[in-house]
Amino acid sequence: MQLDLIDALFISMLAAFIGLEVIRRVSPLLHTPLMSLTNALDAIAVLGAIILVGEHKSRLAFILGFIAIVAATSNIVGGFLITDRMLKMFKSSRPAKP
Amino acid sequence: MTDFAGNQTVIEIIYLVASVLFILSLKFMSSPATARYGVWAGEVGMLLAICGTLLHHGIVDFKWIIIGLVLGSGIGIPLGLVQMTAVPQRTALSHAFGALCVTLVGTAEYYLRSPDVPRFMMGVLSFEVILGGLTFTGSLMAAGKLEEVLPQRPLIYKGQNLVNFLLMGIAVAVAVYLVLNPGARELFPVMLGLALIFGVLLVIPIGGADMPTVISLLNSYAGLSAAAMGFVLGSKLLIIAGALDGSSGLILSVIMSKAMNRSFANVLFGAFGQVQQVAAGAQEAKPVRTATPEESAAILSAANKVVVVPGYGMAVAQAQHKVRELYDALTRRGVDVRFAIHPVAGRMPGHMNVLLAEADIPYDRLIDMEEINGDFPQTDVALVIGANDVTNPAARNDPSSPIYGMPILDVDKARTAMVIKRGMSPGFAGIDNPLYYDDKTLMLFGDAKGFVNSIVQELGTEK
Repeated sequence: MQLDLIDALFISMLAAFIGLEVIRRVSPLLHTPLMSLTNALDAIAVLGAIILVGEHKSRLAFILGFIAIVAATSNIVGGFLITDRMLKMFKSSRPAKP
Repeated sequence: MTDFAGNQTVIEIIYLVASVLFILSLKFMSSPATARYGVWAGEVGMLLAICGTLLHHGIVDFKWIIIGLVLGSGIGIPLGLVQMTAVPQRTALSHAFGALCVTLVGTAEYYLRSPDVPRFMMGVLSFEVILGGLTFTGSLMAAGKLEEVLPQRPLIYKGQNLVNFLLMGIAVAVAVYLVLNPGARELFPVMLGLALIFGVLLVIPIGGADMPTVISLLNSYAGLSAAAMGFVLGSKLLIIAGALDGSSGLILSVIMSKAMNRSFANVLFGAFGQVQQVAAGAQEAKPVRTATPEESAAILSAANKVVVVPGYGMAVAQAQHKVRELYDALTRRGVDVRFAIHPVAGRMPGHMNVLLAEADIPYDRLIDMEEINGDFPQTDVALVIGANDVTNPAARNDPSSPIYGMPILDVDKARTAMVIKRGMSPGFAGIDNPLYYDDKTLMLFGDAKGFVNSIVQELGTEK
């Protein structure tokens, strides 16, 4: 899969703008869970590792890819888990409106 | 081949949906009321993306992928169940894992493709591996410092900046050579090794109080390296996720550096953590006023408005649950209790909010610095628990102070300030705090948890 360089630059530019705009609106209350959530999302890098292991083109690529899958998966599982645990703790003193 | 092409389209559409879910996930984080949807959106997006990837026609070996996923989950679950006080080191460790993944994939891609790597691609690959490598070791060092396996104090030696600069310079030079000669396979490990060493040296001189900035910066680096990996692999989803993570880390770094009154350039180039050594002039013992738990309890229960200023000391003493009892006892008496949160209080962005939320304090009682500073003059008692430099009025009115210009919580403007502290030792930055010698300040000497507990006992018996 090859991506045109200019297309890739456009995508990263747009994504960075969306990121800056969306994250600027995140309440400072939630900065810690924000960081653990983006960490879990960032572990999407596991896709590259899965392809390396699945295609098994060389022994080196296979071994490095396998370690990478383990590292990234631990971030995905751990990141979502702890983010949810943290967010569950945030309660308002006002009764929740239906 | 039409079958493959069809497959490819399906995969791309799945990735598109995953990208939307990732963006929504961050959007839901804008308010605590919707934030948990954010986690769900992220989880669904991730699951879709992984399943979509397994549809790739080139994949022949599923067994080891599954084993890797299971093994990673086995490591991830305990990492997701750590104590809330351990969240900063867990976060640093997960930056390290993320960067490790990116670095390993980058390395594997290089050896699969070289010497036939286009120049631009080689440049991005080098960027990915250098940034990933230094983030990996740097984050490990940060986690070690936070876990107190490594000394929290900054380790500083002469010519540190020069050594760091040289190392980075050589790494970049090797990268440039590789861009020109992508076939020079023996140089690739040299570049990676330099990046790994650089990461260690970058974080070694940084002390505990600067950790919020460092963690945010490493977060940003991890995201940028993942985005670079997206370029190498031609994956739009990876570029988007990396850019989102990178910009999130960037915003947090900017907020943290502003809250410490450091220029952003200063932070970017790793010059942080270099606390100016103040000439420790002979300090005459200035008189301070002290109070006992009984007196404190009487003052607090007579107040209308109380603002609690928590700091890292509260986290170290694990005092947040006792603080919650104090909050309950005072609220029952009709006292209005709120919490003033400085952006760099604690060891990572938002650290205090998580600890207080864990202790069941409602989040609408946790107020940002900018919002609450105007209220201090109308506040009867400001109770400082384990915070120091963020309350130092010298930052506002003493141009010779090393922290001059740093935004602080205006505790000194409250009618009475009470400071719970172990002793008169200065804070992390080694700067004397004039607040302690103020006429309206009462020093409450003792352990944060123990002292708050005594106040709660007094309030309980006093009825």
